[in-house]
Amino acid sequence: MNIFVILKRTFDTEEKISVSNNRISEDSAEFIINPYDEYAIEEAITLKDAHGGTVTVVTVGDEDSEKELRTALAMGADQAVLISNEDLDSQDQFTTSSVLAAYFKDKEYDIILGGNVAIDNGTGQVGPRLAELLDIPHVTTITKIEINGTTVNIERDVEGDLEKIETSLPLLVTAQQGLNEPRYPSLPGIMKAKKKPLETLELDDLDIDEDDVEAKTKTVEIYLPPKKEAGKILSGDTADQVKELVSLLRNEAKVI
Amino acid sequence: MAKKVLVLAESRDGALRNVSFEAIAAAKEISGGGEVFAVLCGDTVQSLANELIHYGADRVLVAENEKLANYTTDGYYQALKQIIDEETPEAIVFGHTSLGKDLSPRLAARLESGLISDVTGLEQAGENTVFTRPVYSGKAFEKKLINDGLIFVTIRPNNIAPLEKDESRSGEVKSVSVEIKDLRTIVKEVVRKASTGVDLSEAKIIVAGGRGVKSEDGFKPLQELADVLGAAVGASRGACDADYCDYSLQIGQTGKVVTPDLYIACGISGAIQHLAGMSNSKVIVAINKDPEASIFSVADYGIVGDLFEVVPLLTEEFKKVLV
Ligand SMILES: Cc1cc2nc3c(=O)[nH]c(=O)nc-3n(C[C@H](O)[C@H](O)[C@@H](O)COP(=O)(O)OP(=O)(O)OC[C@H]3O[C@@H](n4cnc5c(N)ncnc54)[C@H](O)[C@@H]3O)c2cc1C
Ligand SMILES: Cc1cc2nc3c(=O)[nH]c(=O)nc-3n(C[C@H](O)[C@H](O)[C@H](O)COP(=O)(O)OP(=O)(O)OC[C@H]3O[C@@H](n4cnc5c(N)ncnc54)[C@H](O)[C@@H]3O)c2cc1C
Repeated sequence: MNIFVILKRTFDTEEKISVSNNRISEDSAEFIINPYDEYAIEEAITLKDAHGGTVTVVTVGDEDSEKELRTALAMGADQAVLISNEDLDSQDQFTTSSVLAAYFKDKEYDIILGGNVAIDNGTGQVGPRLAELLDIPHVTTITKIEINGTTVNIERDVEGDLEKIETSLPLLVTAQQGLNEPRYPSLPGIMKAKKKPLETLELDDLDIDEDDVEAKTKTVEIYLPPKKEAGKILSGDTADQVKELVSLLRNEAKVI
Repeated sequence: MAKKVLVLAESRDGALRNVSFEAIAAAKEISGGGEVFAVLCGDTVQSLANELIHYGADRVLVAENEKLANYTTDGYYQALKQIIDEETPEAIVFGHTSLGKDLSPRLAARLESGLISDVTGLEQAGENTVFTRPVYSGKAFEKKLINDGLIFVTIRPNNIAPLEKDESRSGEVKSVSVEIKDLRTIVKEVVRKASTGVDLSEAKIIVAGGRGVKSEDGFKPLQELADVLGAAVGASRGACDADYCDYSLQIGQTGKVVTPDLYIACGISGAIQHLAGMSNSKVIVAINKDPEASIFSVADYGIVGDLFEVVPLLTEEFKKVLV
């Protein structure tokens, strides 16, 4: 089975975020594999173990993304592809999905796995957009997948309800938390990853003209929310604190 | 410039979702005095159409088809695609719901358009509509616009105020027949877990419990407080993973994103993934026995203490003042 994972390198949003020059500052930022993409990698490896085949991890990003690709290889993916975005002046979800579609155009794929949302830009667009461009079905926010021949049975999370879906390959799915527990790369895994193939492609290699994938949207401003005044931590006897809280909610905050 | 704007209306358990009324309000603003029309899809949904008009839609297109009884990507995609081709709207507004998130990118790809997802506010800037949305798990915000062509956005529930309901408003309700060909994904079964009652993403008050609640029984005092306040009960991932409650109550990046007027967090530490789902709430109360818990950094009011002592007292106190 030809299994692909689309992976995004993201900011670790657990870290402090600061803005400079109308951009999120990358100085001192920590970068990680988008957490939902880790579920996608884990599931891809599990599918390979069950059905055979190869797992290829693909990202559109800058040269630093090699680090996240190597981590995916260390987890157990077989090969990786870095599509360089250095020639792009602007990049949005239209851009990223169009570039990915150009890559997949002449590939043979049975299943493409991605994350349900990237934790930094957070739109969840890239997966379904790519599926449409490739004219294959997609299922979002999956928590379970079983493949028998070309029949695929999936469970997906729909705002807390569980939907059971039947569909077929080729297919694109996006991973929700709960799909699996991603493994940590093992030491031998990390050693092996260094020798696994990692191909870098330029837009030219994919016959992409930058103008054709120019972003459709523009960010005019990025800002941090106004700093919230430090909250009021109540003190005194518990019963008094409770009385004070009720009074504050009614008279100061006016929400009750 | 006046624009023609399409709103996709969503229903659940035979009633329209609030986010659809909010989408109409957003569409009105984008339209700049143009026309706002709503689209309703389903098997029997005709009876809901007038309410959309009461909330400000100028007309409603009803696409009824047995293949639209359950949401499937292909079914809704085909219905919407036919209507968009026929009507050629200049802007489209969906709710940023499970359905909206699944369908909008696919349509945007086909229409070769930009798409601004998870919008919490909008304003006019000259000829452009500028949209605000949270990024980086809610730690920052961005203002975005669509360069040119179709304006396509999804709006986060409970952030944009709906227009006042006016039952005297009237407008055209028209049935449209849509052709739905093969569906590549089939819904075999839907296991309903979400409790009936208040939809978390639309609730005005939420009482949420975390791992600090310690057991399924531990949620009882929270439920009692919620009953007194007419609130919905929510939970952290920690509480769901520990089996104290169902995953349908989960709030956060993986679960529901909520923006109530009042959020009362009980025994929740305040991990970034949880904050991503609730930090936009208007007023946040934290009850936690650890004064260092990060939930206090987003709280407007905090009580450091044992929730099993504080929550029942709070319920009693509210009972007294709310009679
Ligand atoms: C000046 C500028 C520079 C930018 N540079 C980058 C950059 O270097 N890398 C970048 O990703 N974005 C970059 N972006 C942001 C870009 O617009 C979006 O991040 C877009 O690539 C993905 O949208 P999203 O974050 O909403 O992802 P979502 O649509 O939320 O992502 C969902 C899933 O799609 C897949 N996916 C998303 N992005 C990629 C990707 N790049 N490659 C492979 N799979 C992916 C993953 O599986 C992910 O879980 C840049 C934006 C600007 C304005
Ligand atoms: C990809 C990913 C996605 C995630 N998505 C989500 C999400 O959507 N939503 C979410 O919530 N989490 C999410 N998480 C998990 C998140 O990181 C935290 O693990 C989780 O939120 C912790 O839940 P908690 O606060 O209930 O538990 P804990 O962190 O264990 O906190 C329990 C708190 O209860 C307090 N406490 C204990 N006893 C009492 C008492 N008697 N009275 C008062 N206070 C008490 C403690 O002081 C502590 O602060 C996600 C994680 C990942 C990796």
